[in-house]
Amino acid sequence: MLHPTYVPAVLLFALFASTVFGITQRDTPQRMVRYGIYCFVLFVGSAVLLSWLMYFIAR
Amino acid sequence: MATTPIKKSPPNAPAKGGIIYLPLIAGWLVPGAGHFLVHKPVRGALLAVSILGMFLCGIAMNGQIHSGAHDILDMLSMAGDLGTGILYFISRTMGWGTNLVQITTEDWGSRFIVVAGLLNIIAAVDAHNLRTGRKA
Repeated sequence: MLHPTYVPAVLLFALFASTVFGITQRDTPQRMVRYGIYCFVLFVGSAVLLSWLMYFIAR
Repeated sequence: MATTPIKKSPPNAPAKGGIIYLPLIAGWLVPGAGHFLVHKPVRGALLAVSILGMFLCGIAMNGQIHSGAHDILDMLSMAGDLGTGILYFISRTMGWGTNLVQITTEDWGSRFIVVAGLLNIIAAVDAHNLRTGRKA
């Protein structure tokens, strides 16, 4: 069974979701790739940001 | 003087003939199948790998597949799970995802399965848009 830690889980989630978003939300292959990368960065970046926010709130 | 209007087909003109909702239904039942039907095999393959990958990760994490609606959250989760199409029915038949969620990764697994279903619905609607000509 798969028991990933937080970061691999976020990376897996962001990879799959941003691939689908990129393909479905844009028309041309170049724009699909760019939008997919943009979504991936936003997913991972927001997860890191929220994690630090929760870390400081919990202290 | 009357002029005859020039009939121009739009750039993304839909293919004529066949059932217009077939890519939508096929895309819902089998992830990526809708895009294969509208002759976009690369997009279809990438979507299939992504959605199937997310679903299988969810199953591997011991995620729960919701089979009954006890409250509103269960109902919404079940709607998301149903989005995976045939994968939902295979999982129910094979008895996957029936355990109760006890640890964090199992909860993440449940979310992975729900999101895989929602992503599959987005992909199926995209295939429908390609079929109707709304998207190139």
